[in-house]
Amino acid sequence: MHIVVCVKAVPSSTEVKMDPVTHTIVRDGRESVVNPFDAAALEVALAIKDERAATGEGCRVSVLSMGIPATEALLRDGIARGASDALLLSDRAFAGADTLATSYALSCGIRELGSASMSDVAASGAPEHEEATPGPSLPDLILCGKMAVDGDTAQIGPELAGLFDMPCVTDMRELVAIERGRVTVRHATDAGIELVEVPLPAVLTVAKDIAQPRMPSIAGVRAAAGAPVAVLSAARVQADPARSGLAGSPTQVVRSFVPERSDACEVLEGSVPQQAARIIALAEEAGL
Amino acid sequence: MSGLMVDAARCVGCKRCERACAFGGIVVEGRLARPTDACTLCGGCVEACPVDAISIERDEAGEGSGRDLSAYRDIWVIAQVDAEGALLPVVFELVGKALELAEARGCQVVAVLGEAGRAPRQAERLAATGVAEVIHTVDERLAYADAEVFAQWICALAEERRPEAMLFGATAFGRELAPRVAVRLQTGLTADCTALDIDPKTGALLQTRPAFGGNLMATIECPAHRPQMATVRPGVFAAPERVTAGAGTGADLAVGIITQAPLAPEVAPRVAVLGIEPVTGGSIAQAERLVVVGRGIGSKKNLPLMERLAELLHAELGCTRPLVEAGWLDYAHQVGQTGAAVAPKLLVSIGVSGAIQHLAGIGGAETVVAINEDAAAPIFGVADYAVVGDAIEVVTELIAQLEARD
Repeated sequence: MHIVVCVKAVPSSTEVKMDPVTHTIVRDGRESVVNPFDAAALEVALAIKDERAATGEGCRVSVLSMGIPATEALLRDGIARGASDALLLSDRAFAGADTLATSYALSCGIRELGSASMSDVAASGAPEHEEATPGPSLPDLILCGKMAVDGDTAQIGPELAGLFDMPCVTDMRELVAIERGRVTVRHATDAGIELVEVPLPAVLTVAKDIAQPRMPSIAGVRAAAGAPVAVLSAARVQADPARSGLAGSPTQVVRSFVPERSDACEVLEGSVPQQAARIIALAEEAGL
Repeated sequence: MSGLMVDAARCVGCKRCERACAFGGIVVEGRLARPTDACTLCGGCVEACPVDAISIERDEAGEGSGRDLSAYRDIWVIAQVDAEGALLPVVFELVGKALELAEARGCQVVAVLGEAGRAPRQAERLAATGVAEVIHTVDERLAYADAEVFAQWICALAEERRPEAMLFGATAFGRELAPRVAVRLQTGLTADCTALDIDPKTGALLQTRPAFGGNLMATIECPAHRPQMATVRPGVFAAPERVTAGAGTGADLAVGIITQAPLAPEVAPRVAVLGIEPVTGGSIAQAERLVVVGRGIGSKKNLPLMERLAELLHAELGCTRPLVEAGWLDYAHQVGQTGAAVAPKLLVSIGVSGAIQHLAGIGGAETVVAINEDAAAPIFGVADYAVVGDAIEVVTELIAQLEARD
């Protein structure tokens, strides 16, 4: 079985502070971390790997990201936690990517992970589903966080599913079973928590609280220090320049501005009983 | 190659770009700005530069979608129904906004409704909201299990009819469906818009959404690709009364035509639903009155007090993200950018400081009353009425007065 986990480096705090006078962003040496939703996705993958190892079955877990060269450290940390290998797509040609260009770049990385040169990394991880098409083998499962805490779009998982024509289940809350080429999960929908089953290969996006990410083991950290994290350019993964980065992004930010705040706030004066009476009057106006 | 360009002749090395950048993507060295590998081409520095020395260059390839934009027209609203088969409130909100945009652009609004068998049929109801046309089909495969089935249906329609813009409700289903449509049509999609505008001449949809955790708003365009796609959170736009009332109730609306458009026979769902645990309790997104509590209520033992207040106000109870993370209340109660967007008539905010992500979810509230000890709390920046004081004391008094009424 082969599982690819897509991760994004995000600022360690999304509480970006604005300088109220200059309206510029105050940066105070914020480090990058793995998007917490993606860290949960990795944990789900590693739990599958552990379970299969216990029954003597192979499972390769690959961590994939698109980002600046420094993201390599986060991927190495993924190996320290138990991932088999990692691939970082890093190239100025990928910069400025919106979700369409990002999912395209990741799809190139996923194909690369299935190519002969990379899949030797873990020979035990040959895909188990039947290949519909020849060429690089696709993974059995692609796991993503439901969304990233900085962008909050939740588009990458469904877009990857579309690019590979795989079924997709979003906002997974529990992985119930993987057997006989099918995966059964509980996920959140508008109507409630659904128990669904889809055939492999499939894309699953996970909620943050689905799993508590494990810490790297000492042996894992030692192994990760020497493990290969492939850092590949756009050309190396045969990404079409017209579909990558800014050039491949249909959407453009044309303006950014500081949101306006209402300053027409009336302070309710008087004693607490008087204040409470005013609030009840407001509730009555609102239909109480 | 596309990228960030700095005009060395203009750059004065003032470092405003460096300060404006959230990513460390530009540095000033030797009085000249230089982009670094961390640049995400967000354009923040372009805005900040006082001498117009910075620009973002795009390759021709990026513009060359090869699409004749003038062949695309009309605004589509993708409708969704609930488990009982009734149209979701967000459909009316989107139709209202689409009618406004269509009037500015001089085009029509078309609603797209796929229904699975069981439900009461909603096509006629939808046709009475002021839309010119409802594209409709009833098909068991269009149950809400597999967004891909909907995506294939909508994409086939869009390829044939070429809408200029498509609006989706940012429900769980809409947030899965919209990207699947966007990737099939290879076009742009903007998630969770809080404002939509249209250029009457070009038809460019100006899509505004919070960026960088909501500290900045970004306006996004999709200049060379059609259809332009956006999702909008429920409750962000108010549904106009004439749209919710519908034609034939005195509202000045014409009834749209209903066109049947079947789903291709070869499309097969791959997601099989084995069971469902329906959501219980009221939905905070639909609540008329809402009590929202934050860390300022002190401790979990004060929660029953807040629940009692909500009960007496016939209100739903919402909370901020830290309370969900601490396990005091479950996720269904979370209000904010990663929780629900709410649009009550009255929102009573108790012990909420007002982090920007939280504020992103309460923009639709008509009246906000905030109770907080800290007079400088950002929540007061969006509140209509402020009580600066001890939350527990005020809530205890509110409960006493409300109980005395009954």
